[in-house]
Amino acid sequence: MNTLTNTRPDNDAAEIGLFEAAEFIWREGEILDRQDYAEWLSLWTDDGLYVIPIERGEGDHADALNIAYDDAEMRKARVKRLKSGFSISSAPSARTVRSASRFVLGGEQDGVTVVRCAQTIIEYKFERTRTLAADVEFHLVRRNGAIAIARKEIRFVNSDDFVWGIGYLP
Amino acid sequence: MDMPITRDDPGFDPGALVQDDRVHTALYTSEELFEEEMDRIFKNTWVWVAHASEVPGKNTFKKSWVGRQPVIVTRDKEDKIHVLLNRCRHRAASVCEQKQGRTSVFVCPYHGWSYNIDGKLRSVPHAKVYGEDFDKDEYPLVSLRTEQYNGMIFATFREDIEPLTDFLGPAKKWIDLFMKQGGGYPVKALGEHQFRFGGNWKIQLENTTDAYHFPIVHKTFLDSLDADTSEVFDVLGQGGWVEDLGNGHSLMVMIPDLVDLEENLDAPIPERFAGLAQELRDEGHDEAKVRRIVRAVGGTGFNLNLFPNVACSMAFFRVLRPVNVAETEIRHIAIGMDGGPDAANRMRLRLHEHFQGPMGFGTPDDAEGWERVQRGSASGDDLWIMVNRGQDKLEGHPAGPDVTDVSAETGMRAAYGMWKRMMTA
Repeated sequence: MNTLTNTRPDNDAAEIGLFEAAEFIWREGEILDRQDYAEWLSLWTDDGLYVIPIERGEGDHADALNIAYDDAEMRKARVKRLKSGFSISSAPSARTVRSASRFVLGGEQDGVTVVRCAQTIIEYKFERTRTLAADVEFHLVRRNGAIAIARKEIRFVNSDDFVWGIGYLP
Repeated sequence: MDMPITRDDPGFDPGALVQDDRVHTALYTSEELFEEEMDRIFKNTWVWVAHASEVPGKNTFKKSWVGRQPVIVTRDKEDKIHVLLNRCRHRAASVCEQKQGRTSVFVCPYHGWSYNIDGKLRSVPHAKVYGEDFDKDEYPLVSLRTEQYNGMIFATFREDIEPLTDFLGPAKKWIDLFMKQGGGYPVKALGEHQFRFGGNWKIQLENTTDAYHFPIVHKTFLDSLDADTSEVFDVLGQGGWVEDLGNGHSLMVMIPDLVDLEENLDAPIPERFAGLAQELRDEGHDEAKVRRIVRAVGGTGFNLNLFPNVACSMAFFRVLRPVNVAETEIRHIAIGMDGGPDAANRMRLRLHEHFQGPMGFGTPDDAEGWERVQRGSASGDDLWIMVNRGQDKLEGHPAGPDVTDVSAETGMRAAYGMWKRMMTA
């Protein structure tokens, strides 16, 4: 018996609640820590955007330089690269353990629910442990009875300062 | 053959650590050498600090560095560029901690001394306690000698070295070719990726003139391209070359077809730019302009490595900053067209993100490779780093008699030659 899943309604028009969103984001985090990237790709809408801006301001970031600005095609290419075994920064990549917390619902419009949260990634590779902290904003939608990501924007606390190479998906 | 010099050897001689075809491991690992470099190299030559577009108007500024010293690059209300040490003349507090912006005054947060954007000391709170002799003209922010070439701003601690244009010499022609990426508009910095790696600064300096690693380290980048573009990036197979340009500078041409972006404008537009070309036509640009812009968007086919800290690298500026003997910070500055079509600049940004930065398809693998060099250098500290590849000049090459193979280590030998000259001067 799972009280989180019990809150999940069975119609795609229903709003996404806080606990349902949190459960989804925890599951996404676990998928990324396991590096099951094929599974991660299936969580997205076709027109979803995965954005890691440098400047922390609001807006779309299309006309700015970003750390990542991935549509479906780029996400797929990125996953192929990370899993290829030929990228020396990701074969092996750092091991990661991430936590998501401080969830806040940011409102719902046209079937898109905005969820903001804090994310802390601890990464380890070659005798070195580092922290990558971020504010994350998810735009979540319902699709065929499941939640899907329409936008994930990760604002690293130090995005406009230097960042070490990242050989996995934050 | 191998000289038993270790990093702890008090008797090392920088002149003996660099030979024609090899350099000693101590160049990556010796803290003592690093301190000497910061003094003998970074305080004695022209060091790149900014592109003119990063201080775009009157009363604008950008923070930068000369070696390890933080500076502020400013443009005053007469449009003159200054490079100022970021240090109050009173008790040394930094006067600017904002990365970039617009202001007419820097106010020290500690005791409120304020400076004009040209560095002049404007006012001092409760000045009369200093007595009547106090002369504000004696305490401006320290201003470095500053010169520009085609938008590239350099500064130096030395008043008596040659003018910047003499220092650049034959590199100037390649800077001019590089700036054709403006596609008829002025070149503009669009933003920068900033990252660090755990390794010596010279490992990165070498890399900008190293085509040999490209198909190995960047296999996953190449695999992410369409077939035509992947062919364009076959950097070892197109008759490119490497050339020593003097003063430690070097040129590596990987894609000869992309040396002059104002030539070959009649060639078919590559498939990956077809969408952009149509968008530009739909905006009303004539065919000649569309072709010029599209070819500029794709970037150049060469890396110009300027000793000691900047490169014009295909489609961006690559700037290095030594942090300590085993840590270096890099900035990859994206460039575009100032006032050019938004669609063209957006495509430049996406192409830059594709390869560059902490999550690009290229940069993290470069950084990992460089860290592996530093880690490996902990072993065999009496061994040498070999830069002996491709010493023979190519015969009958269209670029002239003084060029070597595209994968030759000629550019590294050029840089280390300058290193030796400066470290033993």
